[in-house]
Amino acid sequence: MSEHDQAEDLAQRIAEAAREGTPLRLQGGGTRGFLGRETGGTPLELSGHRGIVNYEPTELILTARAGTPLDEIEAALAEQGQMMPFEPPRFGDGTTLGGAIATGLSGPRRPWAGAARDLVLGTRVVNGKGEYMRFGGEVMKNVAGYDVSRLVTGSYGTLGAILEVSMKVLPLPEAEASLTLATGEDEGFRAVEASYRDGVPVSGAAHDGSALHVRLSGTRLAVDAGLQRLGGDRDEDPAAFWHALRDHRLAFFTADGPPLWRLSVPMLKGVPELPGERLADWNGQLHWVRTDAPAADVFREAARLGGHATLFRGGDGHDEVFQPLPAPIRRLHEQVKAAFDPDGILNPGRLYAGL
Amino acid sequence: MASVYRTEDCQYTVDREALVQRLAEALQGDSLLVDDEAMRPYECDGLAGYRQMPQVVTIPETIEQVRHVLRVCHDMNLPVVARGAGTSLSAGALPHPQGVLLSLARFNKILEIDHERRMARLQPGVRNLAISEAAAPYGLYYAPDPSSQITCSIGGNVAENAGGVHCLKYGLTVHNILEVTMITMAGEEVTLGSEALDSAGYDLLAAVTGSEGMLGVIVEIKVKLLPQPPAKDVLLASFADVETAGNAVAGIIGAGIVPGGLEMMDKLAIQAAEDFVQAGYPTDAAAILICELDGSPDDVRAQRERVCQLLDEYGAAEIRVAGDEDEKARFWAGRKAAFPAVGRISPDYYCIDGTIPRKHLAYVLQRMQELSDEYGLRVANVFHAGDGNLHPLVLYDGNVPGEFERTEELGGRILELCVEVGGTVTGEHGVGMEKINQMCVQFGSPDLEQFRALKYAFDPSGLLNPGKAIPTLNRCAEFGAMHVHHGELPHPDIPRY
Repeated sequence: MSEHDQAEDLAQRIAEAAREGTPLRLQGGGTRGFLGRETGGTPLELSGHRGIVNYEPTELILTARAGTPLDEIEAALAEQGQMMPFEPPRFGDGTTLGGAIATGLSGPRRPWAGAARDLVLGTRVVNGKGEYMRFGGEVMKNVAGYDVSRLVTGSYGTLGAILEVSMKVLPLPEAEASLTLATGEDEGFRAVEASYRDGVPVSGAAHDGSALHVRLSGTRLAVDAGLQRLGGDRDEDPAAFWHALRDHRLAFFTADGPPLWRLSVPMLKGVPELPGERLADWNGQLHWVRTDAPAADVFREAARLGGHATLFRGGDGHDEVFQPLPAPIRRLHEQVKAAFDPDGILNPGRLYAGL
Repeated sequence: MASVYRTEDCQYTVDREALVQRLAEALQGDSLLVDDEAMRPYECDGLAGYRQMPQVVTIPETIEQVRHVLRVCHDMNLPVVARGAGTSLSAGALPHPQGVLLSLARFNKILEIDHERRMARLQPGVRNLAISEAAAPYGLYYAPDPSSQITCSIGGNVAENAGGVHCLKYGLTVHNILEVTMITMAGEEVTLGSEALDSAGYDLLAAVTGSEGMLGVIVEIKVKLLPQPPAKDVLLASFADVETAGNAVAGIIGAGIVPGGLEMMDKLAIQAAEDFVQAGYPTDAAAILICELDGSPDDVRAQRERVCQLLDEYGAAEIRVAGDEDEKARFWAGRKAAFPAVGRISPDYYCIDGTIPRKHLAYVLQRMQELSDEYGLRVANVFHAGDGNLHPLVLYDGNVPGEFERTEELGGRILELCVEVGGTVTGEHGVGMEKINQMCVQFGSPDLEQFRALKYAFDPSGLLNPGKAIPTLNRCAEFGAMHVHHGELPHPDIPRY
């Protein structure tokens, strides 16, 4: 057994914590601690459980332990001309696969290439009783048993400690280009959608309030045809803007100012009307808003549009961070939580108070 | 025929008269079937080897009636089995002998095609193909296309997380739905997911997709629609042996091409398909690959040139590119007719549904041939080669006493072989009643107990489709004992319970 395989030890520590009723705060690279509500508890360090376990480029599947840094995975993939299509954001050095999956966040490519949960094929998870379990696997098509792997994706460690992840990877596009266009938001996003329908390989569409940014990824021929169709100015570096957007390195995110909210809303249902600055990604289906508006107003606005809001940065960690759930859904959440973590020791309250 | 349900799953107390009376409060006429003759069509689904009559069949037309059925069963502590079009190949919709069969066939309306926002709102009984037909005038379609798409319903697709021949590129049902509204066993209506690309809290939509009717009864679904690719090309390549064909698949994907569809057929399947539809398949080949490429016209041309080059490099004996729409349809026709084609060369056939990591293809096919010889039953292979999903078809004669049982046993052995190489017992057909024993081979005891706990989180009384998909540890113990009895533990390295 590799020194980087700490599964047994971690499972034992969780089992012990369950026996003693000690809450645990799961931690990987420590770069996503600002996400979600504050949770007390003894830190359980997962970053030592690391390493790529299996990588089959011709089957488009990679399996790695949770503590593996995303950089290490990306480097291994790049060597074979492949990538993680969900483009996980990184908010600091040493960010890990486990953190990316536990928070379930996806980057600018998401509307066209799928989300973290779409690419997850299998997981090894320790539940709140300290039981080491395996769900899904290293195959694309697998409907044996409930889809626990996707259920734990984005559950912020409240259902189990994700120790290993198998995911679908994809070939890197042959060509990639980034464009900047002086087009309005609504008009611009509609033009992007129309070009996508005609076969233009769109892989990013954002509007920063003054310009429309579009990324194309595909065969050289298809990207060239897309460039011609959309016009605008071609960026020198096709990745720079998109990585800065993905990792929140744009001035919009880094400048001092009001709290940062994330609003995920349906396509073409209008934009959130909230005071403050706004930046739109996902061709208008994801809005980042810097606003001092009261949380209740933001949640109400997200609900009006048929979506949901998250207080991403700048809260005090005690109030609700995620969109409040309707009562029947909240009950299901409580029952699901109890099914995985009956003693409530895993990241208690990180997602919702009392969960 | 004895019930395929275990005694431990049939411990309910039925007062049929009272049940019918209560159901009749909300269901009249042909919405409530109680005569054997009327209920007969519901005794099995697409896996006709398993048959079971329910106590009653209900065919509600309104959500309120669905709620009533669930409430009555909840009050009387009786099981409920939901059924869509009844095309399950794993006996997922097999009725429970002490329960109510709840057909959603009358929920067959397309409620909305929002072409601008590329989504459709559907009742669960809408046929899979009807969605794409309704979306076609807008240049859109619904991607998952199980081979039963003419008949199967979207509700069943969600319950089974149905796949199809385009999964490698376009995903399964779980990747193509936005929102599901369902009634819980307690009669509560809940909506999971949303029209946005993600939702707050746990991904309960993913948990319900593929849950085989055990967590709730789906009454409405919103699906994503995709633009029809502007261009498509279909290639047919033949190979002198299966392993070479498998290598060519790895070569194409390794070179960075993800085809819209990539299918393989072996000699027996090629011959059967050719005899049936005269697709022009090379019947002297040991294997053929059918490869569909889609995208913009330029894109498709570039991909086609590259794939032809790769197929040649990897040793294809012959490569054909469909010259027109007719020929594209013909290349696909044999593959799409493979199941009925095999049905013509044998009195009966049994379709198996394992997935394997593709690198083990040659080993699995060789072991399968050995098993085929051992059981004296022919096996034809149809294979979603891109994603590793195998559909071995076991040819048998149901009129020969004991042959179905031997076929089932061979099927079980093939599934265990899939698990042995790191695969799964079901890629897209579901566990249902059929593969419940093999779940004991694939999963450990804590995994199975976790599934059970999740089930009870949604359905504390355990009344939705009991006795399927997730085996009890009791069942696994007995199944394990049976295998030892046969003296042939297939892979002792896997822990069993």
